[in-house]
Amino acid sequence: MCGIVGLFLKDPKLEPKLGAMLTDMLITMTDRGPDSAGIAIYSEGKVGHGKLTIQSATPEVDFKNLDADLKDAIGKPVLMLVKSTHAVLEVPADQIEAARSALAQLRPAIKVMSVGEGIEIYKEVGLPKDVAARFEVAKMHGTHGIGHTRMATESAVTTMGAHPFSTGSDQCLVHNGSLSNHNSVRRELKQAGMTFETENDTEVAAAFVSHKLKEGSALGEAMEATLTDLDGFFTFVVGTRNGFGVVRDPIACKPAVMAETDQYVAFGSEYRAMVNLPGIETARVWEPEPATVYFWER
Amino acid sequence: MQTFDLEAQGLRALNQALHNLKGQQTNETAWEVVNPKGSHAIAVGVDAPVDITVRGSTGYYCAGMNKQATIRVKGSAGPGVAENMMSGTVIIDGDASQYAGATGRGGLLVIKGNAASRCGISMKGIDIVVHGNIGHMSCFMAQSGNILVLGDAGDSLGDSLYEAHLFVRGTVKSLGTDCIEKEMRPEHLAIIADLLKRGEAEHLAKPSDFKRYGSARKLYTFNIDNASSY
Repeated sequence: MCGIVGLFLKDPKLEPKLGAMLTDMLITMTDRGPDSAGIAIYSEGKVGHGKLTIQSATPEVDFKNLDADLKDAIGKPVLMLVKSTHAVLEVPADQIEAARSALAQLRPAIKVMSVGEGIEIYKEVGLPKDVAARFEVAKMHGTHGIGHTRMATESAVTTMGAHPFSTGSDQCLVHNGSLSNHNSVRRELKQAGMTFETENDTEVAAAFVSHKLKEGSALGEAMEATLTDLDGFFTFVVGTRNGFGVVRDPIACKPAVMAETDQYVAFGSEYRAMVNLPGIETARVWEPEPATVYFWER
Repeated sequence: MQTFDLEAQGLRALNQALHNLKGQQTNETAWEVVNPKGSHAIAVGVDAPVDITVRGSTGYYCAGMNKQATIRVKGSAGPGVAENMMSGTVIIDGDASQYAGATGRGGLLVIKGNAASRCGISMKGIDIVVHGNIGHMSCFMAQSGNILVLGDAGDSLGDSLYEAHLFVRGTVKSLGTDCIEKEMRPEHLAIIADLLKRGEAEHLAKPSDFKRYGSARKLYTFNIDNASSY
């Protein structure tokens, strides 16, 4: 069991409240996944800038003077915002890859959670309310976001085993379920040049979608392909720079509820995750059909 | 009318209050639950001839194991609504999630919207009336009872079916193993007429609109000649 929540805002007036709404939804899903939690949040970002969200088990060591060290390495300005075990590094958009390679040299223990123009990912072991508080998710603004509460089945309870997984620029994926052919798909994706941080099945699904997008598939096509190539139980919610998508396996035993109003599209593993959203009483509420891809893009 | 605010008073207090009605002579026969907000296990295990109205949508297992009570949900119901119901009536105004009425032994479940996958899975005597559609794998291993679907049925209807009666007005995407269309006889039309009436659907359809599906009885009675096809 795991819990998934997602919000895609249509009404810009809600953007300052995205983090607060997602936090409430995430905490409601605590009993579906009390061992770790994570959130991917997308915002407009600054034109011409890119962001790397990084994580360290020893932030007081790894993050010390990191902005200055990185600036020296890439020769461009670096802005660093530390939030507990995570930090967001803002660099010129054309310096993202350079910054990423420099980071691997400067602070080899640091993990990169996400890279992109809009995305930031925060995830840790612990109760969803503690994880959300640690990163002050409730204060965050944004256009859309995805959250996950984890009850681990396929791999260890670790920070890197928490969701969302990001395997491509501005992309992320969360999963409720378990995959049975992830080892063979991982092997194929490795041969195709994808890299992996964990033994986790969901990371394979994320990399599978990223690989399809890299090959030129549209988001809908990439998600459609999960139905034929991935074996197991899944409800996936995928985030990209411009939108988010939902797909359930053909058996569809992992729950999913969606709600749509003029102001937003919301996803919850259960309806109760959405009960405090504005206008939910009159929202169109439905269960996504099995083996059917849904996505919204701005 | 007893009004119970689920948010203020909590689930255990609600179910305890309802369980306390068992075997009692009581005037508290009409109950209303407000602020359900998708909570799990609302009005589970009730065993008294009372009328309970839930004002909003419910989460997992609402009205499970119901005996005698009439439970109305003025919203949609989460997974496992009226699971293992024994008697009484459960009426959902909206949609029902997966495995509605699973393993039900008796009573009547009415879903005025659509039901998702596995509706009536392993039913054992319950009657189910769905005004909309039902999802895939519905009535898997259904043993007895009746289901009446005014809309369409998804894939693998009645897979590995025993002796339940399945009546569908719309299309059936596919029939499961050992489930076949069967002749509609007068006694079946009488069952449908009764279900339409009790299922608050008399104004929506007539008995002759439906087709009957049932077991080919080739699977559940093991036959050595068929061993290769099991």
